[in-house]
Amino acid sequence: MRILRAIFGHGSGRIGGVIVFVYLLLALLGLLGLTPHNPITQYRIDRLHAPGAAYWMGTDLFGRDVASRLMAGIGQSFTVAFFSVAFAALAGTVLGLAAAWLGRRWDGVVMRIMDVLLAFPAILLALLIVTVAGPGTWTSVVAIGIVYTPIFTRVVRGPALSLKTREFVDAARTFGSSSSYIVTRHLLLNLVAPLTVQVTLALAWALLTEAGLSFLGLGTQPPAASLGLMLSDSRNLMETAPWLMIFPGLAIMISILGFNLLGDALRDILDPRMRRAFA
Amino acid sequence: MTTLLSVSDLRVGFGRDPRANEVVRGVSFDVADGETLAIVGESGSGKSVTALSINRLVDFGGGRITGGSMKLKRADGTVFGLATATEPQLTGIRGAEIGMIFQEPMTSLNPVLTIGTQIEESFRLHRGLTGRQATVAAREALDRVRIPDAARRLKYTPNQLSGGMLQRVMIAIALACNPRLLIADEPTTALDVTVQAQIMALLAELKRESGMSMIFITHDIGLVAGIADKVMVMQNGQAVEQGELNQILDHPSHPYTQHLLRDVPHFAGGRAARADGQRDKTENAQPALKVEGLVVRFPLKSSFFSRATGAVHAVDGIDFDLMQGETLAIVGESGSGKSTTAKAVLGLVRSTRGSFSVASRMASAQRGAKPVQMVFQNPYASLNPRLSVESILAEPVIATVGRVDAQIRARMASLLERVGLPKNSLERYPHEFSGGQRQRLCIARALMLNPSVLVLDEAVSALDVSVQAKVLELLVDLQCEFGLAYLFISHDMAVVERIAHRIAVIYAGQIVEIGDAQSVLSQPRHSYTRKLIAAVPAIDRRHEHFEIDTRQVPSLVRPQGFEPGPARWERFGVDHLARMEA
Repeated sequence: MRILRAIFGHGSGRIGGVIVFVYLLLALLGLLGLTPHNPITQYRIDRLHAPGAAYWMGTDLFGRDVASRLMAGIGQSFTVAFFSVAFAALAGTVLGLAAAWLGRRWDGVVMRIMDVLLAFPAILLALLIVTVAGPGTWTSVVAIGIVYTPIFTRVVRGPALSLKTREFVDAARTFGSSSSYIVTRHLLLNLVAPLTVQVTLALAWALLTEAGLSFLGLGTQPPAASLGLMLSDSRNLMETAPWLMIFPGLAIMISILGFNLLGDALRDILDPRMRRAFA
Repeated sequence: MTTLLSVSDLRVGFGRDPRANEVVRGVSFDVADGETLAIVGESGSGKSVTALSINRLVDFGGGRITGGSMKLKRADGTVFGLATATEPQLTGIRGAEIGMIFQEPMTSLNPVLTIGTQIEESFRLHRGLTGRQATVAAREALDRVRIPDAARRLKYTPNQLSGGMLQRVMIAIALACNPRLLIADEPTTALDVTVQAQIMALLAELKRESGMSMIFITHDIGLVAGIADKVMVMQNGQAVEQGELNQILDHPSHPYTQHLLRDVPHFAGGRAARADGQRDKTENAQPALKVEGLVVRFPLKSSFFSRATGAVHAVDGIDFDLMQGETLAIVGESGSGKSTTAKAVLGLVRSTRGSFSVASRMASAQRGAKPVQMVFQNPYASLNPRLSVESILAEPVIATVGRVDAQIRARMASLLERVGLPKNSLERYPHEFSGGQRQRLCIARALMLNPSVLVLDEAVSALDVSVQAKVLELLVDLQCEFGLAYLFISHDMAVVERIAHRIAVIYAGQIVEIGDAQSVLSQPRHSYTRKLIAAVPAIDRRHEHFEIDTRQVPSLVRPQGFEPGPARWERFGVDHLARMEA
């Protein structure tokens, strides 16, 4: 509750928070099928209908309602983004903690692998993985997850290394506390703040990567809706039916803006040096 | 003598509304030519802010002067109003007329520039010297602060010099332009006691040579006795008492000054040593902790692949035993190996050789109980900020017994009450407590497992002096109540005198003198112990002359396979041994 109040007390946090909340609502409605029309029903007579009272954002080449497809697409894109970031955060935290806690060779091996992964541009690596594993929703979840794992590993390892040398960890050793207790209570608990910020920012990147994969036809497969897929379909009709491109494009842009604003706000709020100003 | 600086009704505030948030509230004092004023107070008393206001460095820390005046008599006789001066005017004053030295010499110097460059900078800025002239001036400045081999040292970077040397460099920079007023803000707090004595002696000598005035800020009223002419005691942003040195020290009138002089530990040369708890002299007495031949070495490698070429002999053959209900203080300077000894006893550092035996008490002889517990130096770093007090106290229990039941909860509550923390502490978090309270919390945590030995590593060093006294009192009470044995690691002789039954003086990884506290403090036998005790500031040592000793601590790095010769001991009393010197 305190953190929600802090977000709404922060300028960009308020805007980001509202945007993210609206998107979450749309995604939920889209996933539950509570859309104005069925997103895959083809209304043949109303093909390429301009936005109006019946179809708020118009219809596409097959006569499907763009607004409904947009909601379903947001639901689809968010699902992929959430699962992939959850994957990346979990794997990154485990690897980062292992590298920091075990040190020596573990640290070397884990971090070198992460360096290799980090050397590829995100979309290229995701493409590579999807090409090998075959397109689909769950392969894109795994691909995007692997792409963002190194970032979480680094975010966890650095602070964990410095926490490891703090006196309260030494104190815990003198009581004979087990390694698992020290890692979870003393290291992980103090990493909640940086992880929260990183998760929010990573959601924005994951959304973008998912859109990229779908745009290239390697993510969500038709006839299911996805923001990237809708953009891809709109390419040839850009001049005759611009609404096909404008609405999904705006949807992607605003969602990423929202997550970035929220992430920036969280970083300010959770930074202990700034805490007094916003608490 | 004429007045050099006259401050009247100085008020300094911070934040958006400086007037509502004043830290210094109406302080007035005068400093005459060639006079030393000591400002004494605890943290938060406003002593540093007062000092920083004089050269207006406080502006850079977000402070604003909200009232009062500060008049400085300049070298040409004109009077300059510091409180209303503009920044360009002040640049000419700082360094040239008012010099300043800070608490931390390690962080006050730029680590990537040689000290020569940094001293020359001052000459370039204020005296317009260039090239060779500046270099010569810098060398003379180093000579002046008694740094041996000055010409070579000019090319050193700060990391190549010890803390004491760096503080001398800072003094050299501050004095480069012969300021008529030197502000010293706790210049020796971060230094070892013998180095502190050297810096104090140097400051006194330089003052005599140049006839400058000095404002000396400190929390240690004992340190003041050696150097000050006048003393001002501050509390909560106000000067509660000021006057001549002797008058303040002998006849303090304000209760706070009396408290600082009476209740705070001051070194008394063994007269204040504890008289209770004489050790059991019988043969069958079982020591609570017995350490034999402890050696800790850290191998040195020049690169990752090469073999060890030598070792740092951090602890080199230490033996002692500690009886139930007894305090053994291990004193020594930084780098002497005293903390490494403590960590080795607890298993935080792996010992190379040596044995410990710990007598477990019946009560704690349950599965997994740890009879030796530790209280760390920094109460801010040794508590996890994200855990509630209840989780913090539960941790040792979870680590050994495994679960927290009603009995444990009752023990938590009673221990919290015993160490003097409020009843509702359990669900609070560490940041809600003050430094002294946190240290009490650390003590309670260490007692959760009912240990027989408590290792206290500089346990009161990070606390304010009056809090220090209270925590020491608590420790003594707890010792009597639970029959605890303390291994008390400290560099502070005044604190050691209050709590120790026996003292072991450690130097370069070895014990050089060990014995009962009263005997060691009043009649030190080893030359190092004498030097250490002579360096301790004390109220009754007024304007005492201290020899400047520039001997360096020997390197602890030894070649591979080096073994120190066997120690030969000389006995001076029933319980007083000193290592024979070569």
